[in-house]
Amino acid sequence: MSLLSVRDLNVKFAMRDETVTALNGISFDLAKGERLGIVGESGAGKSITGFALMNLLSRPGFIDSGEILFDGQDVVTMNNKQLREIRGNRIAMIFQDPMVTLNPVLTIGQQMVETLRAHRKVSHEEARQIAVVKLREVYIPSPEERLDQYPHELSGGMRQRIIIAIALLLDPQLIIADEPTTALDVTIQADIMELMLELCQSNQVGLILITHDLGVVSQMTERTLVMYAGRIIESGRTRSIINDPQHPYTQGLINALPQQTQPGERLRQIPGNMPTLAQIPSGCAFNPRCEFATDTCRSQIPKISQYGEVEVACHEVHRLQLETQLEDQEA
Amino acid sequence: MSNMTDQAPLLEIKGLEKKFDLDRGFLETLKLRGGKIRRETRAVHAVNGVSLDVHKGEAVCVVGESGCGKSTVARLVAGLLTPTRGEIHYEGNRIDHLGRQAMRPLRKKIQMIFQNPYASLNPRMTILQSLEEPVRHHNPGFSATEVSERVIDVMRSVGVDPAWAKRYPHEFSGGQRQRIAIARALTVDPEFIVADEPISALDVSIQAQVLNLMLEAKESRGLTYLFITHDLSVVEHFGTRVVVLYLGSICEVSDTETLFRNPKHPYTKALLSAVPQLKDDRPNHIRLKGEIPTPINLPKGCPFKSRCAFADKRCDEEQPKALQQPDGSLVACHAVEEDRMTAQV
Repeated sequence: MSLLSVRDLNVKFAMRDETVTALNGISFDLAKGERLGIVGESGAGKSITGFALMNLLSRPGFIDSGEILFDGQDVVTMNNKQLREIRGNRIAMIFQDPMVTLNPVLTIGQQMVETLRAHRKVSHEEARQIAVVKLREVYIPSPEERLDQYPHELSGGMRQRIIIAIALLLDPQLIIADEPTTALDVTIQADIMELMLELCQSNQVGLILITHDLGVVSQMTERTLVMYAGRIIESGRTRSIINDPQHPYTQGLINALPQQTQPGERLRQIPGNMPTLAQIPSGCAFNPRCEFATDTCRSQIPKISQYGEVEVACHEVHRLQLETQLEDQEA
Repeated sequence: MSNMTDQAPLLEIKGLEKKFDLDRGFLETLKLRGGKIRRETRAVHAVNGVSLDVHKGEAVCVVGESGCGKSTVARLVAGLLTPTRGEIHYEGNRIDHLGRQAMRPLRKKIQMIFQNPYASLNPRMTILQSLEEPVRHHNPGFSATEVSERVIDVMRSVGVDPAWAKRYPHEFSGGQRQRIAIARALTVDPEFIVADEPISALDVSIQAQVLNLMLEAKESRGLTYLFITHDLSVVEHFGTRVVVLYLGSICEVSDTETLFRNPKHPYTKALLSAVPQLKDDRPNHIRLKGEIPTPINLPKGCPFKSRCAFADKRCDEEQPKALQQPDGSLVACHAVEEDRMTAQV
């Protein structure tokens, strides 16, 4: 049985004059210890997905319908007490900015002890010892001293490590990481990614990694969901999606990267912008930016279905495949 | 490269230094040390002895991690900050320490693009007003029609519909706003653009749009760029030459191809290996020990020594000078100079 199973999740935002749909029919499964990437640009709904999984959406956002089964229990219908049991304890969350996650007026030790004692019956001393062990696991030098320091005394990379240590405190089964390395420098990012990968693999922790960086997804995850305007438009093994993307948006996203073009040449850009939630085009949401769009694309929303090695939501995917083959033959 | 060295550089930076004092006023400098009151000043050494030539038509990229002084270099060149020591020459004339009036003709030639376009456009001015203002300011002789013609021209060239001219910045998306900010820099027909992380805040597909726009402007207007970024894949694509900064000092200067094919400085190597690769299953990055030290009261020796696997006694004592390598790049590293790195690997 899968650890997490999301079925037809719809999230809406009740704005003053209308209700907009932020997530539309999101369904996916996550096996125990599996690492899943969610990619997309700003406004695609990837962070909302992360929040919804923990039932953390606050007004005006709400889960309109759908199921989120974590270990067989539906997170959507849980009451506050049940949610508290799950949040932080069995599912942990890591955010982009560690300074927002850490309380600036409490020491690292106080925050770690507080988290532990909220969920486990341990003494203050025992909690501190567990905290030291966890800090050592994330390679923090002299962890005993760090416990008495405040967040502002530490560097960005160090803070993010502490966040990871706090996330691991209660041995969760799933970590949801929302752009965990975006605010960090590349050398620190590489360290943190390696650390997260190592910890997830050795402890059999599932990971949902939300990011806009395809390079990060490629190195960290086994499976990937690509989101656009609140829907999953492509999903499958990360290798397949990176090496042979099927949806024109995924192709565009990968082709737009500077490393996919010869230096100095024009980058292959995707025209236009991601639509806002209030103005999602009819039919396939990507159709105004898509060079393959037909009348069907403009009127009917494509269903996601298996194509080759991946699942893809595109009416024209067969044609796309043919045209690339033709191009290859010509070349 | 050789045809470039024949002519004088457009921009010449010599031994540039910038310190920011941390103490506000005399009282803050007083410290109690061993029972005695002593005066100690603390300063952030943002830029330490950076020398660099930029030739016409180049796109020089400055890379480095946060806090390495890359934005300070940009601001010094654009004349937004005055250097503590060192000189900046533009077309052979010294331009640091110029007064407001003397700086004015230069501001027309050197324009700057910032990371956050929302902060560089006045939210209470329509984009037409924002775009017309610099044209009028730098061309007092222009008639109203000439001004608006120039503005409409530039708007078209950056792909912003002139019909939107009456709108306010908040009505545009991030990518469009950055195009407008670029348009604003281009309206005065500059020669030299200092761009400080112009695409870092944008989504991948929009980054490509803005980068293409900047490349087009380079071709069609013969612009020269000083491009500040932390994104190495952008550097590889956009830059003709790369400057790698660490804690305000130059590690390596090299043309882009050489740098990516054969990085020499241990920091450059670590930096390149840390970029997440799209099609590489097994990341094999060089792990740096420790973190970037603070640039407050820098210790002597090589700034990179605390994180370098090749540091020895000499690195502790003496700051390495940037030395010319056989392939034309400049590298500031004792280990490279003494050929110690190949011996150990």
